[in-house]
Amino acid sequence: MRFRSRGTRRAAPAGRHRRDQAAAPEQPAAAPAEPQADPAHPTPALVIDALGRKCPIPIIWLAERIREIPVGEVVAVLADDVAARTDVPAWCRMKSQEFVREETLERGWAFHIRRCY
Amino acid sequence: MTSAPGGYFDAASTEPLHPAARTALLEALDGGWADPARLYGSARRARMLLDAARAEVADVLGVRPDEVFFTSSGTQAVHLAVLGGLRARRRAGRHLVVTQVEHSSVLHAAELHERDGGEVTRVGVDGHGRVDPAEFAAALRPDTALACLQSANHEVGTVQPVAEVAEACRAARIPLFVDAAQSVGRTDVPGGWSTLAASAHKWGGPAGVGVLVIRKNTRWRSPLPDDEREGRRVPGFENVPAAAAAAAALRAFRAEMAADGPRLSALVDRIRRTVPETVPDVQVVGDPVRRLPHIVTFSCLYVEGEALLTELDRLGFAVSSGSSCTADTLRPSHVLEAMRVITHGNVRVSLPRGVQSTEVDRFLAVLPDAVSRLRRGAGMTTA
Repeated sequence: MRFRSRGTRRAAPAGRHRRDQAAAPEQPAAAPAEPQADPAHPTPALVIDALGRKCPIPIIWLAERIREIPVGEVVAVLADDVAARTDVPAWCRMKSQEFVREETLERGWAFHIRRCY
Repeated sequence: MTSAPGGYFDAASTEPLHPAARTALLEALDGGWADPARLYGSARRARMLLDAARAEVADVLGVRPDEVFFTSSGTQAVHLAVLGGLRARRRAGRHLVVTQVEHSSVLHAAELHERDGGEVTRVGVDGHGRVDPAEFAAALRPDTALACLQSANHEVGTVQPVAEVAEACRAARIPLFVDAAQSVGRTDVPGGWSTLAASAHKWGGPAGVGVLVIRKNTRWRSPLPDDEREGRRVPGFENVPAAAAAAAALRAFRAEMAADGPRLSALVDRIRRTVPETVPDVQVVGDPVRRLPHIVTFSCLYVEGEALLTELDRLGFAVSSGSSCTADTLRPSHVLEAMRVITHGNVRVSLPRGVQSTEVDRFLAVLPDAVSRLRRGAGMTTA
């Protein structure tokens, strides 16, 4: 899955992004080729695969495992229960975590959440 | 005075039969069995019972008797109001305005209208489930045939700004249909609407009786084949005994609610206040002030709604849930989704008339343990 392979390369992007910009500032078109380096689309430090699981399982796994990543990093939850589209952002509001974005996958969605505390 | 069995907290689904309804029903079964459309003695007695029931319902609703029609259910009243309202105004246009949190009977009628080539605008709600009257007004167009707004939400109890929306509709010369199923009998519905639907079993009447009100000077055309019954508005032989029982129950229930409504509202306040104090990670949803007296809904994080309902049933409580996991549809409740609140672990408590405060105390006492048991069972260690 495209999403996971991104997750495995998480150490590299930030530095490379800066180098790319310094080396080729005249080519802003290169930026979309490196989406994992985009500050608005940070690479997840942890991917929780809850595909095929009904809510509240994706939320339970998210709540249980978000402590595995450092504060400020992003966790991605993969889920295909449509209830997760409401429940993940609602959980973030209730628990004061930052809901970064929802990404549509071939099957289900990837929900990106930044750990705030 | 008989009342609901202990632990019955699902009045928003159906209120137990009111004693006044039972008495009226038994009397009318013997005295109102004949065909009210005929001209002999027993038929005239049935017609008198039916017309008395109509007058009684009209009186409680503050409308004229010839504006009230009995249907075979609340759902049928909604379908006739929506589809008949649209059909009568086809020349004005085929645009329908509803809200995202309407009862499924309204939304399903809207979907049918869409399949027939009509257009539907669905107005959203805020985090409390309340419609913004300005946003609703902005959805009205010159080709809008009908607008629909519930009097109050059936899942979270939030009261909608019917008076403001009715004023906007009047200014735009667009008829407003109000689905008042959750309010009639419990509170008075603000005026200004063109059509209204209600359901007798929500106020302690028998199931299988709906009320459709079409105000004078409202354009309405039946979406069904012609039939002479109920002033050509509702096809089929009238259920006279059930209509008589519904009217008797409405009169009695509405009178009792003058005192019982504030009492139920105070019990709901106690639930709204206590649950977040005793159960961690709980969100009470719905408007805390502009709400029906008897409904309170909360969502428990990390709990499957169906498991919680089963556990509460085991402990002697009948409650309802809009959770995705309990619904037959496998979709989250469209109301909770529109409010963007947690859709799982959802519990709707709706108090019937005469509910004992000790039952509410007992519920509040067993809930925290029930929730934490289920959370531990689901593998939560942090909650």
